Amino acid sequence: MSAKKKRIMLVASAGGHWVQLKRLLPAFDGYELIFMTTEAKYSTTVGDNRFIVVPDASRWNKLKLLWLACIILVRILFIRPDVVVSTGAAPGFLAIFFGKKMGAKTIWLDSIANVDELSLSGKRAGKYADLWLTQWEELAVPGGPSFFGAVL
Amino acid sequence: MIFVTVGEQLPFDRLVRAVDECAQKLGQEIFAQIGETEWRPKKIGYEKFLNPDEFNKRFVEADVIIAHAGMGTIITALELGKPIIVMPRKAALGEHRNDHQFATAQRFSKLNYITVAFDETELVEKLEKFSGGEKFEHEIRNIDPSPLLIKKIRDFLAD
Repeated sequence: MSAKKKRIMLVASAGGHWVQLKRLLPAFDGYELIFMTTEAKYSTTVGDNRFIVVPDASRWNKLKLLWLACIILVRILFIRPDVVVSTGAAPGFLAIFFGKKMGAKTIWLDSIANVDELSLSGKRAGKYADLWLTQWEELAVPGGPSFFGAVL
Repeated sequence: MIFVTVGEQLPFDRLVRAVDECAQKLGQEIFAQIGETEWRPKKIGYEKFLNPDEFNKRFVEADVIIAHAGMGTIITALELGKPIIVMPRKAALGEHRNDHQFATAQRFSKLNYITVAFDETELVEKLEKFSGGEKFEHEIRNIDPSPLLIKKIRDFLAD
């Protein structure tokens, strides 16, 4: 690793996605972290790390999704993360998508809530994730996501 | 103390109401974070939303957690080693967009991580049993993230 710390952007929607992302923190020890989520209240839970709130949006509201995409694109352009990590959902997918386009390395860890099949954003993220992970062994297939265990 | 949480995103009247209506019989202190739920409890303390500190405090103080089958709550219960009874949201009743909470609840109960009540009747039954001192159906433990998963990500980052 170079002298400059790698900048890692961690993206998750409020609720379960966020809780799962936080479980991964031991993996990011020693790096510069920037958290991005949809819930302002979480700002008190990230220590001294940078914290960014984005609006919530899902595929059910196309206009909002487009607005969210613009916001995330601008953030990524300014932040220039070396790595983008997400556990879901829509904001995470968009961050992985734009992050990849801007040359960042990307990790998608699909939510453990998806026990029978990957989430929709998880399926789509596969194309843009350098490390594409599921938390259920049965869902790991050649050409699909891999399995290395779960957040619990 | 029993702590009830239905998350912040969607209402869950059926759950809050069932707990409220059996509260007197249980004779325990109950507090609920009801989010967007419309039903206003009469017998139990409640708050629409809690900030992360308050939420954590309630969670830590509770002897039992009652919740929707949301991953955030389930993981927090496993993190803190709290017994938890979940009732999954039903899409047919407009409680969620789909029935994925049923799949999650089933899978996690098979792993022996949680106790599931599939409807209100079952929830009340189980609550009464546990309040009466009967043992939980699942093993109470706290669980660390998979070391292999953490290592895989660390190696990837170091590359």
